[in-house]
Amino acid sequence: MKKFTNKIDDLLVESLSGFATAHANLVQLHLEPNFIVRKTKANHKVALISGGGSGHEPLHAGFVGKGMLDAACPGQVFTSPTPDQMLAAAEATHADKGILFIVKNYAGDVMNFEMAAEMLPFEHATVLTSDDCAVINSTYTTGRRGVAGTMIVEKCVGSLAETGASLQACKALGDKVNAHTASIGVALSSCTVPAAGRPTFDISDAEIEMGVGIHGEPGRRREAMRAADAIVQDMVDAILADLNARLKPQKNQEILLLVNGLGATPLMELYLIYNTAAKLLKAQGLQIARSLVGNYTTAIDMAGASITVCLLDDEIKQHWDSAVHTPALRWGI
Amino acid sequence: MSLQTSLICEAAIAIHKAILAHEADIESLDRAIGDGDHYINVKRGTEAIASMVGELKHLPPDEALNKIGAKLLSTIGGAAGPLFASFFMGMGKYTKEHHEKPNELNHHLIAAATFAYGVQSMMMRGKAKVGEKTMLDVLVPASTTFTTAASQNKPIADICRAVKNAADKGLEYTRDLIATKGRAAGLGERSIGHLDPGAKSCQVMIQAVCDLLHKP
Repeated sequence: MKKFTNKIDDLLVESLSGFATAHANLVQLHLEPNFIVRKTKANHKVALISGGGSGHEPLHAGFVGKGMLDAACPGQVFTSPTPDQMLAAAEATHADKGILFIVKNYAGDVMNFEMAAEMLPFEHATVLTSDDCAVINSTYTTGRRGVAGTMIVEKCVGSLAETGASLQACKALGDKVNAHTASIGVALSSCTVPAAGRPTFDISDAEIEMGVGIHGEPGRRREAMRAADAIVQDMVDAILADLNARLKPQKNQEILLLVNGLGATPLMELYLIYNTAAKLLKAQGLQIARSLVGNYTTAIDMAGASITVCLLDDEIKQHWDSAVHTPALRWGI
Repeated sequence: MSLQTSLICEAAIAIHKAILAHEADIESLDRAIGDGDHYINVKRGTEAIASMVGELKHLPPDEALNKIGAKLLSTIGGAAGPLFASFFMGMGKYTKEHHEKPNELNHHLIAAATFAYGVQSMMMRGKAKVGEKTMLDVLVPASTTFTTAASQNKPIADICRAVKNAADKGLEYTRDLIATKGRAAGLGERSIGHLDPGAKSCQVMIQAVCDLLHKP
């Protein structure tokens, strides 16, 4: 394995420092405990704080800035951040309208944010994202995982929060966007956690992992590698089955289509995936009103991609379109 | 064997050594059904505690346990962080609230009750139970066995043997379980046939503490 590192234990802090220096006009880095906040603290709004294991860049630190998050707490690679980080980030960002945590539904993230919430001296609420339709929800499991759809939640709630909306209203919109969203990922290769130095799972050139999680955790099943159209067809089918079962979209329903790279798949292939997914979704009577293609929620160096569909309504569309200025997402400003 | 701070400190060092010695086992299990970071995270935690022994050794046991919990909470992250933290903070809380003076007759029982309270606290945090392919599959039977052996006034050698045995069996029991909690849950039936990495690290820790209390 070749990776750009100096001392492996310094990788996270060196990367965060580079990030903060590169985007010094937008963000500020605090170390020990680690968190990233907007360069200028926002007032009179709900403070939105997200966080999670590192290795998914630009999620979440890349979305700190006007129109999105107030702070992000990066954990170690693929490891949830710790409550002291959330508490310090809350202390630095709280204005007068409370704290909203946006948390991907993984046991570690949930427990650490929960313990932080128990210790928080401010009014607070939590939106749990669970857009991954690869994992079947049941009373026996932690439930669906939060993956690439999380950034759509962060964008929309971020937009609403800028208007001075209440904590309850922000939470309600976050829950709604999450419920309107379904994602599924596929891996062509494993990822390698830098400190582990070896691929997380073994997969041959002839295989793919359908439904892979953003940490390389397995999904629905191991399948044979085949043409992109056939793979994308299965992904779109899984998403539609999930959305149809939960939301029953109408004909000409407007959607946001997000094709997300997992780290080592070039944009050329991501656009190919988009091309096929768009055709298939249109053929199902859905109208692609908004699109986004790129690396937004990655899994270190995994070759693979995820497809996310969010069913739009006027409210979600308005908040998706509103101005945003963060290191990884910028429009309207 | 009441929970004196000196024993807590010795156990912390023994646990750290044992975790280092089992790197390969734990890591390969986590690569099979987890996401490959369990060993790194647990090691980061045990290392942090082993290196704060100098600071801990002057504290009363309840404060030492609480401090260990708080340190693990801010060091490990992931699911293991809050779970191990809840375990130690739970033991700290129990120790603080129970002032029964340890004597020859009851000191094993007090230690067993403290351990059981720690396991309970972890269960409440993780909302898991036995049979879900987690650390609890080792910790719960070890705790029950500890309580039973202590209430029968068994000598320390027998208690340690029985607890280690229960931990080994609990670990082996995870092999045939379907994971329903944690990262491996997404695997469903594919998790069958693999030992749970969290259960493995707990078994390693229990063995280390037992071997410290009674040289096998």
